[in-house]
Amino acid sequence: MTDKVAGKATEDRQAAPLIHLEGVSKIYGQGEAKVYALRGIDLVIQSGEFAAIMGPSGSGKSTAMNIIGCLDTPTEGHYRFGGVEVGGLGRDQRALLRRNFLGFVFQGYNLLARTSALDNVELPLIYQGVPAAKRKSMALEALAKVGLAGRESHDPSQLSGGQQQRVAIARAIVTRPDVILADEPTGNLDSARGEEIMDLLTALNRDEGITIIMVTHEPDMAEYADRLIRFVDGRVESDVRNPVRN
Amino acid sequence: MFYETIRLALQAIIRNLLRSFLTVLGIVIGVAAVIALVTVGQGSTDQVEADVTALGTNLLMIKPGQASQGPGSTTGSAASLTVKDVDAIETQIARVRVATPTSARSMTAIYGNENHATSVTGTDNRYLVARDWEIAFGRSFYDSELRAGAAACIIGDTIRAELFGNGDPLGAAIRLKQISCRVIGVLEARGASSFGTDQDDLILLPIRTFQHRIAGNQDVDLIYAAVNENASTEKAKADIERLLRERRRISAGEEDDFNVFDMKQISSMLTGITTVLTSLLSAVAAVSLFVGGIGIMNIMLVSVTERTREIGIRLAVGATEGQVLLQFLVESIVLSLIGGLIGIILGLVLALIGVRILAVPFAPDPTIIGVAFLFSAVVGVVFGYFPARRAARLDPIEALRHQ
Ligand SMILES: Nc1ncnc2c1ncn2[C@@H]1O[C@H](COP(=O)(O)OP(=O)(O)OP(=O)(O)O)[C@@H](O)[C@H]1O
Ligand SMILES: [Mg+2]
Repeated sequence: MTDKVAGKATEDRQAAPLIHLEGVSKIYGQGEAKVYALRGIDLVIQSGEFAAIMGPSGSGKSTAMNIIGCLDTPTEGHYRFGGVEVGGLGRDQRALLRRNFLGFVFQGYNLLARTSALDNVELPLIYQGVPAAKRKSMALEALAKVGLAGRESHDPSQLSGGQQQRVAIARAIVTRPDVILADEPTGNLDSARGEEIMDLLTALNRDEGITIIMVTHEPDMAEYADRLIRFVDGRVESDVRNPVRN
Repeated sequence: MFYETIRLALQAIIRNLLRSFLTVLGIVIGVAAVIALVTVGQGSTDQVEADVTALGTNLLMIKPGQASQGPGSTTGSAASLTVKDVDAIETQIARVRVATPTSARSMTAIYGNENHATSVTGTDNRYLVARDWEIAFGRSFYDSELRAGAAACIIGDTIRAELFGNGDPLGAAIRLKQISCRVIGVLEARGASSFGTDQDDLILLPIRTFQHRIAGNQDVDLIYAAVNENASTEKAKADIERLLRERRRISAGEEDDFNVFDMKQISSMLTGITTVLTSLLSAVAAVSLFVGGIGIMNIMLVSVTERTREIGIRLAVGATEGQVLLQFLVESIVLSLIGGLIGIILGLVLALIGVRILAVPFAPDPTIIGVAFLFSAVVGVVFGYFPARRAARLDPIEALRHQ
């Protein structure tokens, strides 16, 4: 069953767009307390894109990212990932999609405390069932790619914010995912550190062909993307190519 | 993956070492109690059996009174036994090698400034034969002393030590209430029996002396009958019952008004008491195990709440419900197995101390140890399941947002 999901996603990759939202709504609460976080979003993101999502607080950016990241399902509408209808999948099948095709980078890093950088990066590989030796070499490679070679034994508490975020990126890319979802990855960093992270994401997009979807409040950071999607009040208000990059 | 899960569980346990220890304390105590009690209980049972065998498995005890009373219970209204009954048993039953009358009272023996509370038994020389007991020094009773009811006594080794220390007791006069009796012999030392009673703490008098000057009647409280080496105890017992029914004129259909016990019966009765005690205390220990399990559940629930964010991260990177469930389940199993292991070691140490104090053999039972270990694993599964399921069912988004 699980292999079928993964297999189908691979098969349909060419035919269907990588990410396809069609009339997606998300409603929290019931009756009087009903909150529309998303109101009928239509969005297509192709493989290899680097898209930035901007918009005021509460406009539904994180809600959309959670749905795209298969952490959540739409209340209404369809979300297809690589042609697979995610709304029809169970929790474990969505976990398998995340495990095999998606990587997450969060504003607050979300590393395991009191756990070395290496162990943090190995975590997704453990769930993939990669044997220990291979896991270690893959994690070391990912850490080197984000410029943290030699820091593998450090705990998060021994690393700066920028370094922690790079460990998180290493963890996101170690499984060679199709998509990285980054919700305000530079939100906790100063602009110099933020730019380093953006350079890293840009390189991953350009050199490895990883699709990147990033939420940000900072126009400077959005400049790195080649597409800019603006959310207002649970709707896509504008969706433009980045004039600077293209 | 499985190895990873175990490693992860150990990591989590070591991170909170003190808390982990306090968590498993209930299991440690429960398991230790079971192991210690069962081991000491088994030791005492073995000891009782060994003692009874040493006393002579071919020894029968006859007491007046209705059936279903233990050998220690006092006589009811039934007619007492007499020395004539003893002689009849010994001479008329071929299977009985020797029979001896005994009657006993607790009394204080005084010599000079020393006094000692002991058991004074009226009997005759056949007692020594029946119980296979030698005189260490001095002599046994003369026939004339037995016939006349002379004030002569044979003392156990404890009496010798208590009243005379290193002095020579032979010929000395011991006071027993109003009688003054001369020590004619000292029994060889036998040591403590299984219940810690000192077998050497006794004074023997001629039965006649005891009847006339202490009891004031002709009763015999208890008859010992030693069965011939190669004769069946069962058959000897039946012989005695037939003879006594005849002598006491009990008509057919009427119940015996006396009891014949064999040592096997007494042994099984005594070990029965130990078994009941052991199982009773083990039940208490089982309750403690249950409480220990609830302790584990409590701490696992706290752990799940504390580690909500960690669970969110694991779910986000692709852990399935089953994998998270397994992680927490393994953690509680490992925790309770460690508790069980500590409990087993502690229990064996306590049992070692216990058997020293009770002077019984150390008889650890591998089955009980295995069961205790298995039981702690079961506690881990049962009480760990609910918290683990709660962890596995967490919503990843909520969990990630958790502070
Ligand atoms: N679990 C929830 N229960 C109820 N309402 C929710 C929940 N999650 C989000 N919302 C609501 O949905 C709306 C969109 O929230 P969302 O987090 O997607 O906004 P956002 O664009 O990411 O904002 P920010 O820029 O502040 O992160 C908000 O009004 C929020 O209050
Ligand atoms: Mg947000």
